[in-house]
Amino acid sequence: MTTTVPPVQEPTERQDQAPASPWRSAWRRLRRRPIAMTGLGIIVFFVLAALLAPVLTGISGWGPTDIDKHAVNPYLAGLPRGSFGGVGVNGHWLGVEPGLGHDIFARLLYGAQVSLLVAFSAALLITLVGVTLGVVAGYFGGKTDMVISRFMDIMMSFPSLIFMIALLSVAKDVNRILLLIIVMSLFTWPYIARVIRGQTISLKHREYVEAARASGTGSARIVLTEILPNLTSTIIVYITLAIPTLIGSEAGLTYLGVGVQPPTPSWGQMIADSELYYKLDPMFFILPCACLFLVVLGFTLLGDALRDVLDPKGGNG
Amino acid sequence: MTTFLLRRLAGIALTLLVICAVTFTIFYLLPNDPAQAFCGKDCTPDHVAQVRQQMGLNRPLIVQFGNYVWAIFAGRTMGSGSFAVHCGFPCFGYSFQTGMPVWSMITDRLPISVSLAIGSAVLWLAMGLLAGVVSALRRNSWVDRVLMIGTIGAAAMPVYFTAMLLLYFFCSQLGLIPYPRYVNFTDDPVGWAQNMLLPWITLALATAAMYARMTRSSVLETLSEPFVRTARAKGLRERRVVNKHGLRPALTPVVTMLGMDLGGLLAGAVITEQLYGLPGVGKLFADALHKSDQPVIMGVTLVASFFIVTSNLVVDVLYAWIDPRARLS
Repeated sequence: MTTTVPPVQEPTERQDQAPASPWRSAWRRLRRRPIAMTGLGIIVFFVLAALLAPVLTGISGWGPTDIDKHAVNPYLAGLPRGSFGGVGVNGHWLGVEPGLGHDIFARLLYGAQVSLLVAFSAALLITLVGVTLGVVAGYFGGKTDMVISRFMDIMMSFPSLIFMIALLSVAKDVNRILLLIIVMSLFTWPYIARVIRGQTISLKHREYVEAARASGTGSARIVLTEILPNLTSTIIVYITLAIPTLIGSEAGLTYLGVGVQPPTPSWGQMIADSELYYKLDPMFFILPCACLFLVVLGFTLLGDALRDVLDPKGGNG
Repeated sequence: MTTFLLRRLAGIALTLLVICAVTFTIFYLLPNDPAQAFCGKDCTPDHVAQVRQQMGLNRPLIVQFGNYVWAIFAGRTMGSGSFAVHCGFPCFGYSFQTGMPVWSMITDRLPISVSLAIGSAVLWLAMGLLAGVVSALRRNSWVDRVLMIGTIGAAAMPVYFTAMLLLYFFCSQLGLIPYPRYVNFTDDPVGWAQNMLLPWITLALATAAMYARMTRSSVLETLSEPFVRTARAKGLRERRVVNKHGLRPALTPVVTMLGMDLGGLLAGAVITEQLYGLPGVGKLFADALHKSDQPVIMGVTLVASFFIVTSNLVVDVLYAWIDPRARLS
């Protein structure tokens, strides 16, 4: 075998490139994808809207539970006055809901708060439980793995939507938002745990893990310093793609009347209310549905791009 | 194959029993008092106690659970004296609201949910497979880009949005299609299809997008396999390579997904049925929720679980039949 002469490096090229950490280079690749940036833009927009809800409603002048009888027409079954669901009437930027004349703009903002709060908290809980159990099952194997895997199998063969509905419907006097977060997490964690378990099994036989073990490092330390850092990108991708599903489930459960309860404003509730009026006041269903669509779209676009950027094996393009 | 089947059947029986126990515990341990619910709001405490006695609610939980499970297979006589009614196999008890046997309430509505599930499955398979295969074969072309962006959009569409937009434009504004109401297939097949069209599209759209994405990646993966390269190398025409060698193995994951999705849908698409007012099992479930009709909620939950678990079994058995390696795991 002949020795190959390494090509001479141009000195200028080295100076240009900052010492790129894997994360920084992933971010650079992500930034070049207009679709990913669109997704991120949508997410940032809704997060800001949710956080600034009190400020924005302060500017618009209508709170989420304010009643405005002057914006609706009592002789027309309480339909909004003016065109397009009452846009601009009485200073309602996006019109009013039929009936009590609730301000749609304010309710959408506070609905975003609930939707994102529930989805983010549930995602956090799923990550904690799923990653812990997945790593424990994968790393320790044997009986531990068998028990955890069997439990995951049973949890995954539950018809989750129906069970979520059943659980939520029997519990009456509790904090609905907290209950939603717990119930949704209960049926979602096995999916991430299974992925993490598989990855942990393949990681634990790598040389550097063997080396760490041979040099007397304890299990806890190996898991924390050798295995977990290598799982981070999987976790990030998985969670970004789990959030839209969680947002959708929350809206669905609330739509069916077992999720967030009035007077807390929520998109699912607005959609359920708008069903009665879809023929006469289409704006009422279009606005919350469009918000739901955009948020889910934003997270899916970003998650898809993240999967391609962080984990080329799992990408499909 | 026999041991595989037996092992899977035992696994299923265990899973169903666990699901049954969990469902039972949820409904009978939580604060809602079934006797009070059955009896109604203005019942005297004596009367409630009597109902509790009749329903066997004062026995230990494990006995009640045993009776409930036993009744599903063997039937059971409820009440006593002149009020006694025999509830035959499969007995899920009686609705608190209508007093009808839960099982017959479910079977009455099953054809509607099955119509919805099968019709939309045909639709989403056709759309998903076509889009996925075309996209994979024209990889990175503008057709592929448009289709893939389209599928992300379609997958993000909430069913309420699809349903209400369709209803608003096609029924309300343009008047092309009558507002959906369920017509029996045997009475009027054309009317049946016409009325189910919008619910089918609504349910199929988001799922089709998922199938298109999966088909695309699956076809691409298969086409990069060595045996496809061999087929090309021995001089087969591209069309034959794709049809004979590429598509068949690429479709196995699609079949798996179809089995599971159909299983989940047979017991009712709760939200879609609610949106279109279709009186299927999903609507029955949603209505029972609003009225806290526990026997119905429990019955539907168990029947739905049964469908899901069984369809998983069917998929596994089909797999084991096609591919002997799958029998080992």
